[in-house]
Amino acid sequence: MKVALFVTCLVDQMWTSIGVSSVEVLRRVGCEVEFDKRQTCCAQPAYNTGYLDEARKVAQRFISIFEESKANAIISPSGSCTAMVRHYPQLFAGDAEWLPRAQSVARKTHELSSFLVRVLKKEDVGASWNGRLTWHDACHGLRDLGVRSEPRTLIRNVRGAEFVEMDHADACCGFGGTFSVKYPEISVAILDQKIDAIERAGVQAVVSGDASCLMQIGGRLSRQGSKVKVMHLAELLSHT
Amino acid sequence: MNHLSSETFRENAKAALADTHLRGALKNATSLFGERRKAAAASLPNWEELRTQARAIKDEVLWHLDQYLEEFVSSAEARGAQVHWARDAAEANSIIRTLATERKAHIVVKSKSMTTEETHLNDALEAAGVQVVETDLGEYIIQLAHEPPSHIIAPAIHKTRGQIGALFTAELGMPPTDDVDQLTSTARATLRDRFAAADLGISGVNFAIAETGTIVIVENEGNIRLTTSVPRIHIAVMGIEKVIPRLADLDVFLKLLPRSGTGQRLTTYQSFITGTKRSATDEGPDELHIVLLDNGRSRMLAHPVTRQSLACIRCGACLNACPVYQQVGGHAYGSVYPGPIGAVITPQLMGIEKTAQLPFASSLCGACREVCPVKIDIPRLLLHLRGEISPRKGSMAERLAFKLWALAMTSAALYKLSATAGRLLQRVVPVSRAWTNGRDLRPIESRSFHDLWSDE
Repeated sequence: MKVALFVTCLVDQMWTSIGVSSVEVLRRVGCEVEFDKRQTCCAQPAYNTGYLDEARKVAQRFISIFEESKANAIISPSGSCTAMVRHYPQLFAGDAEWLPRAQSVARKTHELSSFLVRVLKKEDVGASWNGRLTWHDACHGLRDLGVRSEPRTLIRNVRGAEFVEMDHADACCGFGGTFSVKYPEISVAILDQKIDAIERAGVQAVVSGDASCLMQIGGRLSRQGSKVKVMHLAELLSHT
Repeated sequence: MNHLSSETFRENAKAALADTHLRGALKNATSLFGERRKAAAASLPNWEELRTQARAIKDEVLWHLDQYLEEFVSSAEARGAQVHWARDAAEANSIIRTLATERKAHIVVKSKSMTTEETHLNDALEAAGVQVVETDLGEYIIQLAHEPPSHIIAPAIHKTRGQIGALFTAELGMPPTDDVDQLTSTARATLRDRFAAADLGISGVNFAIAETGTIVIVENEGNIRLTTSVPRIHIAVMGIEKVIPRLADLDVFLKLLPRSGTGQRLTTYQSFITGTKRSATDEGPDELHIVLLDNGRSRMLAHPVTRQSLACIRCGACLNACPVYQQVGGHAYGSVYPGPIGAVITPQLMGIEKTAQLPFASSLCGACREVCPVKIDIPRLLLHLRGEISPRKGSMAERLAFKLWALAMTSAALYKLSATAGRLLQRVVPVSRAWTNGRDLRPIESRSFHDLWSDE
């Protein structure tokens, strides 16, 4: 199957190994991966901060680029950015030209773990990693896309990995995009609940599906001198 | 009263975060309510179906609100109730004040009502020389403490029992204790006297049935039953969105509301009040007045996106589930309605001038939408309000930053220089300091994924 990678601006600039790992995993399960170098951002920062005109401009660019692709699906290593693309039709409600284009791109866009499990029916991608780890449900993947069992299934099939559920795995980490810098004290107070749960789980690594949550969680773990590592699901799955 | 303002949400929240008593009380209460709600919802196999049904009933009502209100009014009047229409809070308070003073009421007992909190009725009555006694235990506690409620269904949720013991010692002269039974018994004994002496009882309304003219009120303490039956006169105050079409529609709401609110299968009392007593020998008040309050609701109704906020049944589940509310509590919002639904309703009721921070007080995690018994898409409403607020109220620097950001994100060449845009954003939002006070910042990669792909 031919897939187009939407790497997301955050991974592109801040955490490239997630992109590299995503390509590796997709190729390993037999996908041909293309990457359109004109791609930038999904528009979420503007959309979530209330700058809808700016969000529409960036969304239109995304749509224009990805609708040209011959790939069967657009894959992103982010539940949050995928959810944003799925929201495009809301952004273009009542727009006769852009609404259908937004709908068609939204339909083709998938978050990595749900694409592997739901679309490709791959529950074991041949990964191995030694140690005890837990999963943090990133909110938009979980509640906008309904991704809950897919990453857990994939993790359970990683050879050598011992998967444990932490308390309140589905609770927000407090990131919330611009919320994290508009209300940093509240953001960190929420984050500390998550950090406590991770430490209680006694794991070597916490895995999630969004670089944004991992930057939030990792930033606090490292500030506190914790030994727990943060890892994106793609990074874990690429490990052999 | 130490009412905080929505305008100072940021400062209110910081003060709340520094209050260890508050955070302990909040953690206990919100997690207890949350766990009970989850268990209660799971005990019904058709929970999702009930939510869908409830929302469909609310949508039907909101599409034809004028008709259902007229039907409710004529049914209620036919059974002896007197109905008053109030355009806003001042008009509602004036109607009630006039009723109280004309009937020479000296003591008013009140049961918990968010709608009268919204209109600040107590202040209006007290200014007219009427003594107002809150009879819900939580409301009674915060009335003694001269504080506003901090939760829709648990007004004193922010207080520990130690704090309540100290308050009762200071205000009621009881020996110091933090024993819940003793505290409750003292409040109960004090309130019994007030019920007996009251001339007027004021309540809220959970549901108003158009078909029968019945008002339905749910509670656990029995104080609503007393408020609405002992005094000669009963005034019920309700927002116009509280009407439902038929008695048969009530079933789904009586399943959803207590389970969502406190995790109960049923509240201890459900009072159904249909008009006044039929004959002189019947028990109950001589007069029943129903005040229908608009206060911005018809404006909310007119807007296709925000209309759904009127489906809210005030269960408080979204507050308990909200990570922001869990940390800062209700007072920080500076509004009668706190938490996610408060951040949606308050700017619509009061206008965005003083409430512009509230829709941003959310990580958009969606936990509120997940627990809402009437499926209100709160994150979507928050985003809608942000879209109304930012272009008008966002700082010049922020607006400019997003314009530049949009330019950078729509051009491959400019995106390549996106580190520049990032630096601009950082300068105006102070991203880095706001971030690094609590968290380490991952360094920007020396080579982007775009660069790595080119290598291949």
